[in-house]
Amino acid sequence: MFFAFAKRFFFLMSLALVLVFSVVAGGQGESEGVKGGTELELWTFQETHIEFYEQMAKLWNEEYPDRQIELVATAYPYDEMHNQLLVALQSGVGAPDIVDVEIARFPNYLKGVPQFAAMNDKVEPIMDELVKGRFEIYAKDGKYYGLPFHVGALVMYYNMDILNKAGVDPDTIETWDDYVEAGKKVKAATGKPMTTIEVTEQWSFWPLISQRGSDFVDENGKIILDNDINIDTLQFLYDMMHTYNIAIPTPGGFCHSEEYYGFMNNGGAASIAMPFWYMNRFTDYMPDLKGKILIRPCPRFTPTGHRSAGMGGTGTVVTNQADDIELAKDFLAFAKLSKEGNILLWKLLGFDPPRWSVWEDPALHEKNKFTDYYINGTKIFDEVLKVKDEIYPVHMSPAVPDIINVIQSEVMYQVLEDQSKTPREALVDAANQVRAMY
Amino acid sequence: MSFQEIVPGQVRFIGGTNYKRLLNPQFFTAVKNSLTYMFWTIVVLIPVPMILAVLLNSIPGKKSYLLRGMLFIPALMSVVVVGTIFRLLFASSDMALVNRFVGLFGGEPQAWLLAGSWKSMFLLVLIATWRWTGINIVYFLSGLQQIPHDLYESAEIDGAGPVQKLFRITIPLLKPTTVFVTAISIFGGLAMFEESYILWSAGSPDNSGLTIVRYIYRRGFEAADMGFGSAVGIALLFLVLLVSFTFLKITGFFKQERV
Repeated sequence: MFFAFAKRFFFLMSLALVLVFSVVAGGQGESEGVKGGTELELWTFQETHIEFYEQMAKLWNEEYPDRQIELVATAYPYDEMHNQLLVALQSGVGAPDIVDVEIARFPNYLKGVPQFAAMNDKVEPIMDELVKGRFEIYAKDGKYYGLPFHVGALVMYYNMDILNKAGVDPDTIETWDDYVEAGKKVKAATGKPMTTIEVTEQWSFWPLISQRGSDFVDENGKIILDNDINIDTLQFLYDMMHTYNIAIPTPGGFCHSEEYYGFMNNGGAASIAMPFWYMNRFTDYMPDLKGKILIRPCPRFTPTGHRSAGMGGTGTVVTNQADDIELAKDFLAFAKLSKEGNILLWKLLGFDPPRWSVWEDPALHEKNKFTDYYINGTKIFDEVLKVKDEIYPVHMSPAVPDIINVIQSEVMYQVLEDQSKTPREALVDAANQVRAMY
Repeated sequence: MSFQEIVPGQVRFIGGTNYKRLLNPQFFTAVKNSLTYMFWTIVVLIPVPMILAVLLNSIPGKKSYLLRGMLFIPALMSVVVVGTIFRLLFASSDMALVNRFVGLFGGEPQAWLLAGSWKSMFLLVLIATWRWTGINIVYFLSGLQQIPHDLYESAEIDGAGPVQKLFRITIPLLKPTTVFVTAISIFGGLAMFEESYILWSAGSPDNSGLTIVRYIYRRGFEAADMGFGSAVGIALLFLVLLVSFTFLKITGFFKQERV
């Protein structure tokens, strides 16, 4: 009896092993390039990034036939990928050669001794053509580790259908005061809110404090979450919602939720201030707004204040567990720093590339799915060039992931939705809570 | 691990520092939420499945098996799928199913997932009910099979009605099963993570979905503070032991069964 069972068990196990191996051998049908090239393993949390890397790998193999690579790129869910990477770097085994690390998690990997390869030799020679602030956020002790995907310039997306009904000309909106006045007109004429404000994420708050030169932490990593500028900015968001009645809480809580996409797609609100990379959310999730959205610089707080801010991002790194660190670095630099790479970042992903010297390149004014969607499609980069020098750098520190966490789960909700705390109370409480952990 | 500071490339012994840092408002919120959740799941998930099991047990024949199967199906579904479906059912837009239903009765559409503490807890307990009712029914049914049939017969001869039979025979004799189901509910309630994670992947409004296990995850992985995460884990272990032992003590689990 037992032997019969054991035999059957053994058979099943063998069968399972055969199946597993056949799957592995079949591979993740992601690999491009040439058999016999050096294999580079790449992890990302964004499906769309894979296509970009694969196209760059093709170009690389054409350009450097004696250093062929075989790129194996896999997309994992956001959390899973960052957690796996953390464990792999902690234990010293299992990390890929190249990996995309999202900005909110990046400081976690800069704690202690960063397990990444420094990219200074690739970045420094062309620093004068790059938006430096976007490299600083992925740096520690003068070493640049991560290469960005974009500048993430803050812009305003206006729904011209609604603005025209209310007789509002977006070119007359210079300051946030003008914006509030326009919002009142829109509200009176159409009954619709001028904008929506996130209550469970940080994208309505962080860009606005950055416009005013403030941040969550200062350049030395000191927590300044509860400074006066931030309190005043949060008060402004509160006023838009509850005093002037021109804004509502974002349906679903944040503007990457299904509820928000549906709401906005049906012409729910007249505008939204989001970074440049939000463009592909419109094209992908709000198809009915095609031909109705105009992109303009964001309003400013003072007549000479900054109109933009650099928000969000992903730093791509080479880990110290890469088999051939030099090759991985060369390929990554080729993908993210070369002119053709930066042009592809726009064409394929709709990003404002970090190498701004390509912004005037004719290739960035050719038609594509983004230029077809927006009213001022082919002139979008003229808008970004206007505000290129109006972007303060964002400061990162080990406390930033924690700060983002309390902003998401406490501050915005308590002040804007629940109204259980004043902006000052909420920010002071949150800041002290984070300070206690560091 | 809970006595160490663990950062990439470095591990240091730091003594009890992680335990000192435990005493912060977020941790207490997490403990409070976990205990509240545990309490409500027990309040709902003991009596309801018990009554249903008794009813199922009294239905003769094939119909009973069909109903049992139907009630057990939710337990077989992935919690991720169920959580996502619930998230969409209770979405904040006025197009969402639950809000339309509320609208039928003249109510206002609600932002269910943003509504803060009581609504968040309500949703979590609702998902738990959906998920665990079938399983608990199976436990209770097996408990009911243990009760000798002649007890009911003799009770009927003495003129007992159905309610009397339930309170005088069924519930007392089900006690071992009830104790067992409550004990696993205590553990399940305190160890809840997935439901909350699916409903609020980033921050839950005012930390209403922050449970102890979520706090471990938040500190250990989201803030890359593994040592502190381990300290929270040890704290959870002690809390589970404390609650379980107190409960078992009260129910006389450790005493010799007297026949």
